[in-house]
Amino acid sequence: MDSKAIKIAANNVQVYYGDTHAIKDVDVQIEDKTVTAFIGPSGCGKSTFLRCLNRMNDTIDICRVEGDILLDGEDIYDKRVDPVQLRAKVGMVFQKPNPFPKSIYDNVAYGPRIHGLAKNKAELDDIVEKSLRRAAIWDEVKDRLDAPGTGLSGGQQQRLCIARAVATEPEVLLMDEPCSALDPIATAQVEELIDELRSRYSVVIVTHSMQQAARVSQKTAFFHLGNLVEFGETGQIFTNPEDPRTESYITGRIG
Amino acid sequence: MALSWLLLILLALAVIGFFAGRSRALASAGGNVRDLHSLPSYYGYNVALTALVPAVGVLIVWLLAQPMIVNSTVSGLIPDQALLEGSDRGLIMSEVRRVAYGLDGAVASGAMTETQARNGNADTDALTKTLKDAGQILTQDVTQPILVAAQKFRSMTSSGTVAMQVVVLALALLGAAFAYVRTHKEFRARNVVEQGVLALLLLAASIAILTTIGIVLSMLFETMNFFQLHSWKDFFFGSTWAPNFRGGSELSILPLLWGTLYISVIALLVAVPIGLFAAIYLSEYASGITRSIAKPLLEILAGIPTIVYGLFALLTVGPALVSMFGDGGILGVDWMASSNAVLTAGLVMGIMLIPFVSSLSDDIINAVPQTMRDGSLGLGATHSETVRNVILPAALPGIVGAILLAASRAIGETMIVVMAAGAIAKFSGNPFEAMTTITTRIVSQLTGDTDFASPETLVAFALGLTLFIITLGLNIFALYIVRKYREQYE
Amino acid sequence: MTDISQTPNAAPTTKPKGGSLFEKDARTKRRNAAESRFKMYGVAAIGIGLLMLIVLVTNIVTAGTGAFQQSFLELNVELKADKLDKKGNRNIKDIKKVSTFGYAPLIAAALESEVEKFGIQTDLKPKAMGKILSKAAQAELRNYVIADPGEIGKTVSFRFLVNSRVDGYLKGRVTRESIANDKSISVEQLDFVDQLRDAGVLYKAFNPDFIFGADASDQRPEAAGIGVSMLGSLFMMLVVLALALPIGVAASIYLEEFAPQNRLTDIIEVNISNLAAVPSIVFGILGLAVFINYMHLPTSAPLVGGLVLTLMTLPTIIISTRASLKAVPPSIRDAALGVGASKMQAVFHHVLPLAAPGILTGTIIGLAQALGETAPLLLIGMVGFIASNPPDGIVAGFLSPNSAMPAQIYEWSKRADPAFYERAWGGIIILLIFLVTMNTIAVLLRRRFERRW
Repeated sequence: MDSKAIKIAANNVQVYYGDTHAIKDVDVQIEDKTVTAFIGPSGCGKSTFLRCLNRMNDTIDICRVEGDILLDGEDIYDKRVDPVQLRAKVGMVFQKPNPFPKSIYDNVAYGPRIHGLAKNKAELDDIVEKSLRRAAIWDEVKDRLDAPGTGLSGGQQQRLCIARAVATEPEVLLMDEPCSALDPIATAQVEELIDELRSRYSVVIVTHSMQQAARVSQKTAFFHLGNLVEFGETGQIFTNPEDPRTESYITGRIG
Repeated sequence: MALSWLLLILLALAVIGFFAGRSRALASAGGNVRDLHSLPSYYGYNVALTALVPAVGVLIVWLLAQPMIVNSTVSGLIPDQALLEGSDRGLIMSEVRRVAYGLDGAVASGAMTETQARNGNADTDALTKTLKDAGQILTQDVTQPILVAAQKFRSMTSSGTVAMQVVVLALALLGAAFAYVRTHKEFRARNVVEQGVLALLLLAASIAILTTIGIVLSMLFETMNFFQLHSWKDFFFGSTWAPNFRGGSELSILPLLWGTLYISVIALLVAVPIGLFAAIYLSEYASGITRSIAKPLLEILAGIPTIVYGLFALLTVGPALVSMFGDGGILGVDWMASSNAVLTAGLVMGIMLIPFVSSLSDDIINAVPQTMRDGSLGLGATHSETVRNVILPAALPGIVGAILLAASRAIGETMIVVMAAGAIAKFSGNPFEAMTTITTRIVSQLTGDTDFASPETLVAFALGLTLFIITLGLNIFALYIVRKYREQYE
Repeated sequence: MTDISQTPNAAPTTKPKGGSLFEKDARTKRRNAAESRFKMYGVAAIGIGLLMLIVLVTNIVTAGTGAFQQSFLELNVELKADKLDKKGNRNIKDIKKVSTFGYAPLIAAALESEVEKFGIQTDLKPKAMGKILSKAAQAELRNYVIADPGEIGKTVSFRFLVNSRVDGYLKGRVTRESIANDKSISVEQLDFVDQLRDAGVLYKAFNPDFIFGADASDQRPEAAGIGVSMLGSLFMMLVVLALALPIGVAASIYLEEFAPQNRLTDIIEVNISNLAAVPSIVFGILGLAVFINYMHLPTSAPLVGGLVLTLMTLPTIIISTRASLKAVPPSIRDAALGVGASKMQAVFHHVLPLAAPGILTGTIIGLAQALGETAPLLLIGMVGFIASNPPDGIVAGFLSPNSAMPAQIYEWSKRADPAFYERAWGGIIILLIFLVTMNTIAVLLRRRFERRW
């Protein structure tokens, strides 16, 4: 598989929670228009690292990040960077579907509204429809855009959250175990969606399921105890890992 | 024999019963504790409780019922013609009681013999003089029917009391004997005692119901009396509050309700924005340290007794407002004549309610799941956008509940309005004027010299009942909303 | 958009689209401004709340501390035996026959000799001079003599209370301007007061009688104290403690440990939560109707006040007791049941002792609430009663009419003489000291015994 342009480059990233050293010296390059999977046992730091990429860790007082994380060559932890502006470019989908207690329409329109992406109602309608289509949920909800988002099924809610995230036209989409709360059918739908999203965005997905990583990602990073153990082509990681720890995890001996 | 002696005897009986029961149980097992069904002390408790509980129960019921029976019997003795102009049976009865207690006091102090006190044909004038000389309080001269009634009252009360003592002691002895006889090593004393204790626990829990029933009944009866003396239409739909103890009062709740609501609205206008923003800041922005300092400090405001707020309003805020809005004040507007005003009471009540709104809202905002915040922040919303567009709408039902609870507090608040709102009942929109509230009127109608036969006094019970119903309704509604809201996120 | 084919590097970096992250766009600036404004509202709200607290506390302290000081005039009074004990046999019954009027000339003489001693120049007549003393002065002296008849015939140095106007003058409340329309004191008298003060016989001193003394009538604010009503409050709290604690704990044990899921339980629970929110004045009506009008318990008695406050405090105690019972983990109960204890034994031997600190904390907080409650006391007649004598004995403490601290404060706030306001604020300081102490004990208890399971 040929290399694409680097979207995010992380160099020597350290993350501390109070006195705990949660992420140790991580270097990783995330390519544009690629699905990168972070795998590893629970508590290995993969979600923490993911949350560094759009500075969601800022909301936690005791969390401290060192090292560089460059988006398009610009350090996102630079003093001049407004996390609000950053998060508009780096969207995020969470583990548990978290639609706002608003209508489906308002859920999707939320991002465009706060970022001022639509000049008028027609444009906003357009964005909402486009986003819902991209999240492959349009056909299911187009007749009830005014219904509350919380009334959808789990899989629909998660796709609604994805639609909500893509509505702000991000360049990177971070997904933190997006399928862990879903049943197999909904999971399949979301995975299919992730594959389609790859054509427009750089997608980073944290997952517990190695099968899922194998199915949806092109690049895989294996985290263990806060260290990035191995990073490479998904196929290679799963068939021929270099590090014995990766092999142990994949074959089910640790985790 | 005084009540305290009776109680002491019962207690002594219980203690004796405890030891007797225990030793009998031990004896029945030949001194071998292992042969007993229960621990020996349970046999003792069984005897003690069986002696004590029914006796005390009967004692309480008797104490409650006797005055009612004596009153109704004695008041039937008073002929209708004995009722004076403008008087009624209730008033006569209190006079009867006064004479009866006077006779008791006179006998006790030796100013009169028991035979004299019982003499139904005694000269009433001489009797009045004897009683007054003996230092007993009488409001009017003793008349023949009153004397007869008073004597009947005395004899019924004293024979009733003797009967009560006999019955109660007999019951205690019977209970103790019964339990003592039953005491045997096979007897399941623990189970019986535990059943008894459980019943007592249930009784304690039922006091809440009894209190509510007491509240409702105590106000309901007097309210019904009030509506017999005064038209309910005037009470609910009249437009004037003008009590007149010489009769012809206009007693409408509407002007009072207006004053109450006006003051409450001002209080909420102060408390809700401040309380809500304080809650938002504390739960969303403040660091752990700020929160752990500011939150308890704010809550001190809720722990300060209302009398303090009342005094603060009366002596500090009121005069300060007058010096601003009054004649010759800083603003030179002469809007405010007296420090007693709707604004004074409303402002101070608002301060009192700040922590009420803030801690309830704080709880409710904290109940909004963190994933909601993450979702919004992850989309690039600022913190304030998250609060305004996601958290507040999500928390809205709960916050409405909190505001309703605060409103119910404001409506039922007494001391601040008694001290700072004024006494004038009127419909006015001017916050610088004195107005009056339901609670203020309850206090003023029920303090001082009260005559429980006049509508001017009884109206307080109708006001109280209305207040109770309004606040109860608000509370039930608010708690319902809050509970629904909590369930949504559980 | 980056075009990969044009970049020679194998792994080139994308270029920022639509502007660098390092430059904030206009919209972000606007939004950030809105953000700081919003945050400011929050800070302002907290600031207002705390400011109010500070204003309130400062106000209480500045207005109330004066009550703990009182102005006294020290005079050397000759207790002439021929006036006070004409028969000369020091028989207490005879001495008591001399009314307060009999003491007036002695005080007047003492004052005159003081004037002479210090060479004070004044045009005041002796009677007007005497007016600067409290109306309670003669009674004070009489009580002193009755308490110790042996002093008759001697000349004793005695500290008299001065009139509340003079006291106010020394405290700065009364000025020569403010008494323009005041008939009870004149400018000449104030001049006279100045001279006495310069002579060092008229001075302010700590006044324990305010804390321990009895209330006084309308005319003598300088003699009023809060001590007797403090006793009233004490007896009320004893009633509340003796009734609310056992009943509250019993009710909580039932509801938390034994109550079956049925309608009765539901009704009890709903009742308790509603009672907690019933306006306190309604409890006053209940007390008036049930305890006084129906049961004919004595009006103004601490017993009745205590009963009413018990009913008010019960929900608070039940709610906190249930919370602490709930905090005891089920494993404790299971352990007790597992070794063959009955449910009742498990609760009374194991759960209740573990929940005791929490119950105590809740009870203290409930008592503190009850101590500051005023409205129901208005209706059962504890206001308007002048608590001029301490109750003689325990039974009288419960049954004879008395006031209570908050009721006494309210009573003072209604009186016409502004000197009473100072005492009302002073009373509030004492009340708040009690409340702060109780709450501190509760917090310390909670800290000390807090257990995390």
